[in-house]
Amino acid sequence: MQVRIRAKGETLVVQMRGELDHHAATGLRMEIDAKLAENKIKNVLFNFRDVDFMDSSGFGMILGRYKAVREKGGKVLACSLRPPVRRVFELGGLTSRIPVFGTEQEALDDLWGGEDG
Amino acid sequence: MTSGGERMDNYLKLEIPAKSRNEAFARVVVAAFAAQADPTIDEISDVKTAVSEAVTNAIIHGYENNPSGTILLSATLAGRRLEITVVDYGVGIEDVEMARQPLYTSKPELERSGMGFTIMENFMDEFSVVSLPGQGTTVTMARVFDGSLPGKPEQPYGREA
Repeated sequence: MQVRIRAKGETLVVQMRGELDHHAATGLRMEIDAKLAENKIKNVLFNFRDVDFMDSSGFGMILGRYKAVREKGGKVLACSLRPPVRRVFELGGLTSRIPVFGTEQEALDDLWGGEDG
Repeated sequence: MTSGGERMDNYLKLEIPAKSRNEAFARVVVAAFAAQADPTIDEISDVKTAVSEAVTNAIIHGYENNPSGTILLSATLAGRRLEITVVDYGVGIEDVEMARQPLYTSKPELERSGMGFTIMENFMDEFSVVSLPGQGTTVTMARVFDGSLPGKPEQPYGREA
């Protein structure tokens, strides 16, 4: 899996490409946690636009980041879920914890709108 | 290429070491094999996910991340019915009923979601797991490619409207 991680303000945008399984999640988890240790990052947005596969290991990695980020008062968001990824999200009830948006911009607008208000 | 109406019967057997990079390999092999029975994209996606769960369980739980373990993967096609068996000779499962409970995991410290068996049960028509502590675990699952959703009517939890 290829990953591009960038900071937009207080939000870490994790852009993934490929298949998010146990093998991929193990490396990605460490990469994200290293960035989260930097103080100014508060929220994490997972962009699934180019992810065509996710299993329960990917799910566990997302849920783990959700718990860690929430403890520090931040938010985890997701955007651009393809049908196979959405299916696993819904089966595990992840959509009731993590807001899902159609595009990255919609997710960022929601975060920034929330900060203004 | 099959001629019209001809029944597709075929099988595969694969032996792989318990390395995490083989998770992707295993599911791609099964997807390519299953393609002979003309599944829909959604059906192939479900099968890939279920295979990934079974192989990942063998690696993480059966062999506790020891890559010298061996996983046997076999699949048969009988008409449009795909049956898959994943065998490991690892530590086994003490309490299969407990392991099958949604969100149960024996390894929360590894951020395991406890969703593996739930996904296999929901994404396949048939699913069974047989395990002997100290000897290993065999997962058998099947899906009929008839364009319908997998055969479990109940959604055990977490399903939203």
